[in-house]
Amino acid sequence: MTVATLRNSVLDLATASLRDVNRTLHLAEAGSFEVMHPNGAHALACGLDAPLDVTIRGHVGYYCGGMNKTASITVDGNAGTGLAENIMSGTVRVTGDASQSAGASGHGGLVVIEGDASARCGISMKGVDIVVGGSVGHMSAFMAQAGSLVVLGDAGDALGDSIYEARLYVRGTVASLGADCVEKPMRDEHQAELRVLLDRAGYASVDPAAFRRYGSARRLYHFKVDNVGAY
Amino acid sequence: MCGIVGLYLKSEALAGDLGRLTALMLHEMRGRGPDSAGFAVYGAPEPGAKLVLLSERRDTDWSALARRLEAAHGAAVEVAPIDDHAVLRTEGDGQAARDWLIANAPEVTVLSVGRSIELFKGIGDPDAVAERFGLPARTGTHAIAHTRMATESAVTTAGSHPFSTGADTCLVHNGSLSNHNGLRRRLEAHGERFQTENDSEVAAGYLAWRMRGGDSLTDAVGAALKDLDGFYTFAIGTAGGFAVVRDPIACKPAVLAETDDWVAMSSEFRAIAKLPGVGHARIWEPKPAEIYSWSRAA
Repeated sequence: MTVATLRNSVLDLATASLRDVNRTLHLAEAGSFEVMHPNGAHALACGLDAPLDVTIRGHVGYYCGGMNKTASITVDGNAGTGLAENIMSGTVRVTGDASQSAGASGHGGLVVIEGDASARCGISMKGVDIVVGGSVGHMSAFMAQAGSLVVLGDAGDALGDSIYEARLYVRGTVASLGADCVEKPMRDEHQAELRVLLDRAGYASVDPAAFRRYGSARRLYHFKVDNVGAY
Repeated sequence: MCGIVGLYLKSEALAGDLGRLTALMLHEMRGRGPDSAGFAVYGAPEPGAKLVLLSERRDTDWSALARRLEAAHGAAVEVAPIDDHAVLRTEGDGQAARDWLIANAPEVTVLSVGRSIELFKGIGDPDAVAERFGLPARTGTHAIAHTRMATESAVTTAGSHPFSTGADTCLVHNGSLSNHNGLRRRLEAHGERFQTENDSEVAAGYLAWRMRGGDSLTDAVGAALKDLDGFYTFAIGTAGGFAVVRDPIACKPAVLAETDDWVAMSSEFRAIAKLPGVGHARIWEPKPAEIYSWSRAA
């Protein structure tokens, strides 16, 4: 198969195997690709490491766009567990909903979910920016370390539980905040940052002033000598 | 890990395809549970009771067992063996027949009892289990199926899903329960009879016990959310109903899809991807601790 030379092609999972489709994407150095009939396949377009433009027409399974570097991936449908897990850079966009752990442990880049994301969105995020057009489920931004999570809808229980750093912006209601996560004032610099994030995600008409900011109270950072008896 | 699927038809149009579509869904979930599989198919209610029995001993004399049951019950029993299972039909009381078999025929496991349900299970490749019990050709109103990767108890045919303890009620489970032993003892004190050490059988018994006490399917599942401790996504069938519920922290996956013709549930979307009309389906992830149920007028 002369996959290395393919550019700007349509890859059809109804006829090609998942491995062949992923291999084609891995070997490409540039170009746009359209992937047809994903039918919920797992690990599609993972580990891309080139400035490709990939559009997947339909619903994908687990770990789509994982470890992405520089590529721009759009899922025209829903995504299963672990969308853009450990994303390094580039963009992963889903036009529908994403299941749990979207953007988990992401180091950089942008993840946009136009619909809802379910539980643990942005768990252990390490620098990725995540923008969710709908709502997020419980335990979102659990143990978040860096980056930002923007939610245009509502957040479920225990938002930002055990958060280290990362900035959380929510426009709707927050069911409850997790351990050491607190509401913080929206200063001008946060409005400005949010403006940039919303513009990058394609929400230019959304007003940053409608959001509230949450983050770490930084009470869990250090060992407290008062707790020595507990060990 | 396990794979679960459910297909509930809302119109008659696909009744002839129920088994074929369920087999298609089950096939996609093979990777989640390669050690054993099972399925329950609900058809139009029959006038009498039917029981599906399993014997892991290949030399069971089904006719002799049927005669013993007849003698004990005073009602005729017809028997139709299929592989290591047999379907028994009787005009007598099905639940009483189940109790008698559990007490008097320890060599068999009663897999199901009711007027609509037929339930089959086996060890090995899920596709082979579906083929052995003729799933693709089966017709009916709804079906539930399971591919198992055992964690909580041994890989045996009797330990495979679905589990059914009450008439026309069955359950498939992805997850594990942590309070099943205590709950099993409680339910046994209320007269429930269990046939395995499996945690999921306790969940099935719990629902059957609640519904026997007058709960609706939705009420029974609501009570289960309080009384069951552990990880679970359940798909539940009754004679005319279908329900899906996930534990409050939603540890185990689930996807629901609905069209004018059907409701489909699975652990992963790929099991739903090939159903007819899926392009127009409403597709969503069931929320934690929320009960989703469908039923048709009895």
